[in-house]
Amino acid sequence: MVTKLKPVDIAIVGLGWAGGILAKELASTGLKIVAFERGGPRATNPDFLAPQVHDELRYSRRHELIQNLRKETLTFRNDPSQRGLPMRQLGSFLPGEGVGGAGTHWSGLHWRWTEWEHKMYSGTVAKHGKSVVPADMNLQDWPVDYHELEPYYDKFEKVCGTSGKAGNLQGKRIDGGNIFEAPRANEFPNPPLIQSHNMVLFEKAARNLGYHPFPVPASNASRAYVNPDGVALGQCHYCGFCTAFGCEANAKASPHFTVIPLAYKNPNFEARTNSYVMKVNLDSRRKRAVSVTYLDAGGREFEQPADLVILAAYVFGNVHLMLHSRIGKPYDFQRNSGVVGRNYAYQSMGGVAALFSKDTYFNPFMGSGALGTWIDDFNSDNPDFAKLGFIGGGGISSGSNGGAPIQRHPTPPGSPRWGKGWKKAIVETYHRMTTVGNQGSVMSYRQNYLDLDPTYTDSFGRPMLRLTFDWQENEFRQMEFARGICATIAKEMGAEQVLSRRERGRYSIVPYQTTHNTGGTVFGDDPRTSALNKHLQSWDVSNVFVVGSSAFPQNAGRNPTGPVGALAYRLADTLKDRYLKRPERLVTV
Amino acid sequence: MSEENNVEPKKVNRRAWLKLIGAGAASGVLPAGDAAAENAMAGMHHPVAKTTGPDEEPVAAYEFLNGDEAAFIEAAIDTLIPADELGPGALQLGVAVFIDRQLNSGFGRGDRMYLQGPFIEGTPEQGYQLRMTPSELIRNGIMDVNAHVRDQYKRTFDALSEEDRIVVLTQLEKHEIQLPTVPTVIFFSLLYDLTMQGYFADPLHGGNKGKASWKMLGFPGIGGMYADKIEAWRNKKYMTGPMSIQDLL
Repeated sequence: MVTKLKPVDIAIVGLGWAGGILAKELASTGLKIVAFERGGPRATNPDFLAPQVHDELRYSRRHELIQNLRKETLTFRNDPSQRGLPMRQLGSFLPGEGVGGAGTHWSGLHWRWTEWEHKMYSGTVAKHGKSVVPADMNLQDWPVDYHELEPYYDKFEKVCGTSGKAGNLQGKRIDGGNIFEAPRANEFPNPPLIQSHNMVLFEKAARNLGYHPFPVPASNASRAYVNPDGVALGQCHYCGFCTAFGCEANAKASPHFTVIPLAYKNPNFEARTNSYVMKVNLDSRRKRAVSVTYLDAGGREFEQPADLVILAAYVFGNVHLMLHSRIGKPYDFQRNSGVVGRNYAYQSMGGVAALFSKDTYFNPFMGSGALGTWIDDFNSDNPDFAKLGFIGGGGISSGSNGGAPIQRHPTPPGSPRWGKGWKKAIVETYHRMTTVGNQGSVMSYRQNYLDLDPTYTDSFGRPMLRLTFDWQENEFRQMEFARGICATIAKEMGAEQVLSRRERGRYSIVPYQTTHNTGGTVFGDDPRTSALNKHLQSWDVSNVFVVGSSAFPQNAGRNPTGPVGALAYRLADTLKDRYLKRPERLVTV
Repeated sequence: MSEENNVEPKKVNRRAWLKLIGAGAASGVLPAGDAAAENAMAGMHHPVAKTTGPDEEPVAAYEFLNGDEAAFIEAAIDTLIPADELGPGALQLGVAVFIDRQLNSGFGRGDRMYLQGPFIEGTPEQGYQLRMTPSELIRNGIMDVNAHVRDQYKRTFDALSEEDRIVVLTQLEKHEIQLPTVPTVIFFSLLYDLTMQGYFADPLHGGNKGKASWKMLGFPGIGGMYADKIEAWRNKKYMTGPMSIQDLL
């Protein structure tokens, strides 16, 4: 029994950063907007109050803020010859659930992507020729360049109170900031966070080696701050409970206390929480979305008619809804044709651990999610692709992000894993081990993609999304090259022992790596290789827009939230300035 | 590092701590005042196990494990993390109670796992593919290991000498024993993870009594606010209390 509801103007699916920004920006139009969130409502009070929010078991191990797989998961396989099997437990990545989405539990690394990272294909070919691009790599440009996005990057930093130091202010390179960043119109809204001991060592070592260290842009406020929307952020306590946790101080920018409450202030905006959108329904010609079907917490089914549908779920949700609703041509691996599910990519997390002398105290419990010192000397297109044999790069950094001991009780390799020897090793190591990490880009390939699983269904009876992914030679080369750099820096920092953390092997869904999944509803200029046009509008169903990192053609060696926010702000302008005045296809080919 | 760099343990009381926390939350979502913040927190509580007297420890009665299972878990965790001169072992810290509570919880019952079929053995990269919840896995695994131990040693695991328990757990870890019902590696890995979690988690969950593992490691607990300390204490040993969630409620 489906209850058909009164029509609204706009339906937004997902209420994280992307959906929250759209909700807040579009609410001013006076149009009737309903946002659907699969999880529950969230507010700092009562959900993220200290001391309970500093419960490592509950948030970091039992995943309080993360998608419930009992209701919805995906299947995974390394390559198309295998059978996809369900991800039955959380592991490799942690998609958020609840108002604020992954924005409540992120770390706060808040990047602008570089100019090359928005034009990876043309930028690479212009410098090195087509021959450096492997045949199975679907290397593509963004359909918008950095300069078009700059005002939106700027806006999102100001909303988040990002702490950092400019390295390229209107073309002027500034030592101490990231001299490799694209030109920015303005300095960061807040000064950098305070460095921990390992970061001081990293900065000095990197400088000694001729590199260009700078503070990671952090949406962990370095001081009390009021953003341009009038929302106050508290000063970061460096409490070390950031990644996987909500922030009791509202120092870590999150949509649940910034943009979303501002949307709520408008009587024309309504959020329906604990509401799972099952499907976007199309008209008989399949050219127009007419409604979304959703289930409320009690499992009752509703149909919500809407003139405009914005998909702003996590990567997997966006792609799944497009495939299940049959919007756009599904990607066909055999033919390398079709677009929805194409160009899935991920990110590599590697580097080295570094053990220092016994009188060293890193105080790992003092820190924040995005507290780190970083170099881009081997990131973006700074490496010589032709010489090194890979496309892409990695950010190399050392940070202090928390010392809670379920997760962090390191031991040197060769130590016992339990027993008296293990106890001795953890006590001797806890204070004097740090890491120099590489966060590597991952390109998109013909054989890495998303489609619908032929066997498994979620708890709602829908075919599951199927993820087919493995590391490729290009990425192994990047990881190995960067590991060498990480080791060199760690030695220069004075480490007594440098310990390598990763071997070549197949990608595994089991250990946590990173929640930086990208692609599947890529935007572009060519409908044969993109699901969305440059305005994030479906080529096929013009009143469906999709926003999030599912639009990225491949992944960079840095975090995705900055460009996700910038794209959401840009889409809000596109809708207000153009589409809502004349709802039509915004690009014709 | 010389001794003078060690900080004296300093007890932060709840009122002072709430005031510090509240001072950072400038957005107005937390009530501004000290008393108001306390009121806001008063509505939140964690059920506290009943004690027989004001100064006595709560009585630990198992919710999930039967006598044989409890004996196995107690012996296994005592072997994985034994007491020694560095600090107490898992058994002393209540990790058996922690594991019992976890197995009886939503986690143990698999309430956030996908447990629909078909069940097919995959590659290691595809992860967990059993139809068992964590509680079922531990229960079946204990039966398997005890059967193996009875066969080899004519007694149950908990009755083995420490030396023999180390041998059996090492064989499980290295997959030198093939268990009939439960994949050896998965069983050992869940037992291992639960032991570590109970040993290091906030005492709220029943293990890590007296925050002893935190004291041993030098982790100052969950209430730290270090904006004025991260620079001042660079490369100096810092330790307080430590503070747990219940200390600050």
